[in-house]
Amino acid sequence: MANNRESIGNTLKVAFFLCLVCAVVVSTLAVGLRPAQHDNRMQFRQQNILQAAGLYEPGMDVRAAFESIERRFIDIRTGEYVEKPDDYDQQRAARDPAQSIPVTPDPAGIRRQAKVAEVFLAIGTDGAVERIILPVHGYGLWSTMYGFIALEADANTVAGIGFYEHGETPGLGGEIDNPRWQRNWIGKQVFDENGDVALEITKGSVPPDAPNRQHRVDGLAGATITANGLNHTVEFWFGERGFGPYLQRIRGQYNQGMDDGFALARSIEE
Amino acid sequence: MAQAKAKDVLFEPIFNNNPIALQILGICSALAITTTMQTTLTMCLAVLFVMTLSNFSVSLIRNHIPSNIRIIVQMTIITSLVIIVDQTLQAFAYDISRQLSVFVGLIITNCIIMGRAEAFAMSNSPVMSAIDGIGNAIGYSIVLIFVGVCRELFGSGSLMGINILTPVTEGGWYQTNGLMLLPPSAFFLIGFFIWALRAWKPDQVEEEQYRIAPNSRTSEAF
Repeated sequence: MANNRESIGNTLKVAFFLCLVCAVVVSTLAVGLRPAQHDNRMQFRQQNILQAAGLYEPGMDVRAAFESIERRFIDIRTGEYVEKPDDYDQQRAARDPAQSIPVTPDPAGIRRQAKVAEVFLAIGTDGAVERIILPVHGYGLWSTMYGFIALEADANTVAGIGFYEHGETPGLGGEIDNPRWQRNWIGKQVFDENGDVALEITKGSVPPDAPNRQHRVDGLAGATITANGLNHTVEFWFGERGFGPYLQRIRGQYNQGMDDGFALARSIEE
Repeated sequence: MAQAKAKDVLFEPIFNNNPIALQILGICSALAITTTMQTTLTMCLAVLFVMTLSNFSVSLIRNHIPSNIRIIVQMTIITSLVIIVDQTLQAFAYDISRQLSVFVGLIITNCIIMGRAEAFAMSNSPVMSAIDGIGNAIGYSIVLIFVGVCRELFGSGSLMGINILTPVTEGGWYQTNGLMLLPPSAFFLIGFFIWALRAWKPDQVEEEQYRIAPNSRTSEAF
């Protein structure tokens, strides 16, 4: 018996059946639970989108709240809306050579970018766009930081920022998750009068009388490289090769709308 | 007789033969996931599940396992169980699974589980082995919960996410102890735990590795 147990035949037999049983159990479970896991990930993403837009409250029904958010796709070069199937995955597309372009020069350290990007529009009760939520990512000190930046309807004022995945140092770069620091971003202007990206994180806190303070965000102590990474991320994604063309178009429409509004008001007065 | 033995197997590892305090195993997870009670309790339950079932399964097939591949057989069983826990957490407790992140997977390398499979389950009946797994998991959990309570209470001023000592940052009076949120604090806490345990049960104190011999040479110098 003991001899038989140690034989090569028995060794192979035990190894084979053990692997078979374990593989069946693990794969059955993995396949069975996949839909639930997928739902969780989607809900987590939706929650982050709502958080960045400042529309999230703890304990709210994320799915219901997300009803008012419209997911659209844009061609990154022209900024025009395009149609894509619901299961389009921008991160996966960025890895697919057919659906992405290499990024050179690459300040944000993202290597490739998808030709089609998703944007989320928060629609108010009156049917007008209230917030534009843009997915951004860029390399910090240790890791690629994935997050969302939300803009007001004027496509220029920051409404909020949030990250859902990063590996920066806890307590230093990891403070990009700190809601108190994230509040610094609210109300800042992305573009200056010439339409160039001016938003940046400075070193230290921004003095209340500083010039350009509408473009400057307080720095994070001990997180210079993470902050630099974020600056590059902002510069890239709001620039010509990011959401620049799209936002320019939206700003044009918005200002047009304002002018029309004024013109209408004036014509009524007259 | 069998009853008494089962009781011993279950309760011995809690204080008399605690896997962390006496055997000093499984320290890394005790440092990593004890910043809040919620992650601590989840980890304890995960380890309880894995250790009980791994001990049971290893013991079940112990008479068929060739000794030259026994370690990898134990590893395969433990790994499969850990994947089950990980996948289940991702499906039903996504927030906790994100907080525990890689440490669920690292249960595989928790020396306690493999140690019990090798030391106990390979030579005892399945039911006894399962009881041994439960006992050791409880012993592990007691240390983890002690560390978790201290770290969350003094590091964040709360327990299970409920504010007990309102921290200054939320308008209270309690200045949180940042050290408690960092891994080294768990070293101190486990150290205190072991100290208290050995003060209570002096037989756990290890013998010194060497003794200074009495001076055998008399000298008349000076």
